[in-house]
Amino acid sequence: MSAPAAVEFRVGLSSCGVASGAGAVRDALAQEAASGATLKGVGCNGMCHSEPIVQVLEGGRPVAMYGNVTPAVAQQIARRHLGKPGGKDPSDHLLDPLSGPAGAYLGKQRRIVLENCGEIDPGRIDDYIARGGYQALTRCLNEGQRLSPDDVIAAVTESGLRGRGGAGFPTGRKWRVARSQPGTTRYVVCNGDEGDPGAFMDRLVLEADPHRVLEGLAIAAYAVGASEGFLYIRAEYPLALRHVRQAIAQAEEMGFLGRDIHGSGFSLKLLVREGAGAFVCGEETALIQSLEGHRGMPKLRPPYPVERGFRGAPTVINNVETLAAVPWILRHGAAEFASLGTEKSKGTKVFALAGKIRRGGLIEVPMGITLREIVEEIGGGVGDGRKFKAVQIGGPSGGCIPASMAGTPVDYDAIPATGAIMGSGGLVVLDDTDCMVDIARFFLRFTQAESCGECTFCRVGTKRMLEILDRLCAGHGAAGDLETLEELATYVGQASLCGLGQSAPNPVLTTIRYFREEYEAHIHEKRCPALSCPALVRYRVSDRCTGCTLCSQVCPVSAIEERPGEQHEIDSSLCTRCGECRHTCPEEAIEVVSPC
Amino acid sequence: VLGSVAGLQARPKEDGAPKAASPPIDLTFVDELVRREGRSPEAAIPILQAIQEHYRYLPDEAMRRVCELTEITPAQIAGTSSFYTRFRRSPVGKHIVRVCHGTACHVAGAGQINEELRRALNIPEGADTDDAREFTVEEVACLGCCSLAPVVMVDERTSGKLTRATARGVLTAAQKGGRG
Repeated sequence: MSAPAAVEFRVGLSSCGVASGAGAVRDALAQEAASGATLKGVGCNGMCHSEPIVQVLEGGRPVAMYGNVTPAVAQQIARRHLGKPGGKDPSDHLLDPLSGPAGAYLGKQRRIVLENCGEIDPGRIDDYIARGGYQALTRCLNEGQRLSPDDVIAAVTESGLRGRGGAGFPTGRKWRVARSQPGTTRYVVCNGDEGDPGAFMDRLVLEADPHRVLEGLAIAAYAVGASEGFLYIRAEYPLALRHVRQAIAQAEEMGFLGRDIHGSGFSLKLLVREGAGAFVCGEETALIQSLEGHRGMPKLRPPYPVERGFRGAPTVINNVETLAAVPWILRHGAAEFASLGTEKSKGTKVFALAGKIRRGGLIEVPMGITLREIVEEIGGGVGDGRKFKAVQIGGPSGGCIPASMAGTPVDYDAIPATGAIMGSGGLVVLDDTDCMVDIARFFLRFTQAESCGECTFCRVGTKRMLEILDRLCAGHGAAGDLETLEELATYVGQASLCGLGQSAPNPVLTTIRYFREEYEAHIHEKRCPALSCPALVRYRVSDRCTGCTLCSQVCPVSAIEERPGEQHEIDSSLCTRCGECRHTCPEEAIEVVSPC
Repeated sequence: VLGSVAGLQARPKEDGAPKAASPPIDLTFVDELVRREGRSPEAAIPILQAIQEHYRYLPDEAMRRVCELTEITPAQIAGTSSFYTRFRRSPVGKHIVRVCHGTACHVAGAGQINEELRRALNIPEGADTDDAREFTVEEVACLGCCSLAPVVMVDERTSGKLTRATARGVLTAAQKGGRG
């Protein structure tokens, strides 16, 4: 490519950016900035709430960042930074990374795993190398300052890195056990089967910085003595798959992967395997079954995969985020990583912040930060007029932590003490319009559908629990339901083989623990305090109605008769409480009420 | 499922002129695929994925052919193809609409988007494809674009922050073949 031009425009082109229209923004920039500027497609910088994002660099220095850019605004940005006359001033779209909302979002973050996201073109290995990429792997392999496999394991152990997939097992220890196994054949696997609903850390890292994950996996292979490895990635992530495949081809061409890497005698062949749509395959023994061509049914451990895994050989399975931290640790030293975080939880954690929050996206924070800091400061709190109610952390294996406990620090000890789990990093913020019984039901429906069916309690127990929750939300709860739920939850947790079943009751148990009164209202009063469960609410038109007939026009089930100029009425026997009339009414005249 | 694959497998092998015997589906793709992916049971899932990508579902004839050519058994095919949710045993519409049902989408009204799309396409209860075989609507696990909830993916194109009103738009956009 040509030498860097004076002005460079960067457009975030990850899935979320593209879904927000970043493709059209890039095209507009390309047209306007055809000459005199470099245009670069980069990964997402995590500010999903402001996508599409355009960053401007002059002489290699960042000078401006714009958010919520449309093609028209992109033209204005290009004209302004290229000194072309005319056009509107795009400064309304400026995001100041040092102050204001963008500053609050970025200020508390500490970027290790995400350090390159939004900075480099994921399709160019040179970009990665220019930011220190493959230095850590090179140090392992090149004569002179060479790090032995034992040195690598020692460094990773010393850094305190723990598995970011959810369980938090110390990575260094895992590698050591695998290395100490007899035999010469070993495998490494990158687990990119990110299945938790509400979590997208791995997608973004794989899309925005794929070489980093390859380098981490190559270092893992070197440390444990593997010459073959797999990246198991969800098929729902087509862009991540494309970027990873492209990255492997580039790394092979440059000699960072393949036979006898850099003349060191170390060889590594990496292959991509697409998930076929089974949440349980995120569990490592199920993942191995899937790699071997079978149904993803977990196996009893021990033996652990590090002892006997893929093809019966010792197999190290690490999560995307875990591997992405490894090159940084080797480059900056274990001590620097360990200086971040708390006593038992070192380093940083990436979270996917979503739900009822002003600024959602991907964030990387030091361990030990409180949930409140994440929700209120980074995320800017919930929307106007709404109340922060709870955070759902850890997806279907996790739980809901109420706002009153938002002072809880994020680490591998404090979060489990609440009954939730750290999980892989899904963090969904809930406000006062979210019904906790419905949230519990949502997750249970998920785990019930994803249960592989091997263990009776997981297969049947979750089904029975779901039936009770369905009944509660439909207004058919009965005395004793809550006790039965709790009893079943205990059995399911105790009598399941793998993490899916063991943790499936967590969303139910935590919501019962912290929001028992909501369950009781559903059971005894047939009332949904959040006014969310459709069967337990009624829609009504207040006297603010001006008779504009808009509600009648949008009602999908014709439950509102058109009466121009008069106060409208909703036929409750037809109404499905879809909310369409409420969102349409310019007078906010449609009220949701409890029937009793 | 097991019965259908096993039953098909039980038929006499058709050496020489199998293509003439099953005219609707050209199986040369399967032959090439097996040459590429190998014959071991480990190749089962990549083979099924490639078959599905090519034919857009898993035709019985193609799976029977896989069993003939490889060490993969009908039982393994029946087991895996019914276990993994991305595998389909029946043909799909021209476009696949994946309605995300992740947590963020759930609280943002994914159920209503799903309802609206099905209504717009007149898809009867229990079915997932419209009569004209234009669209297949599937509820899928999280697509990982949680900040844009609720999200729908039509073919490979993702759209976010949908409402009932804009949800219909993604269908028309797909029909026009519009991108970007």
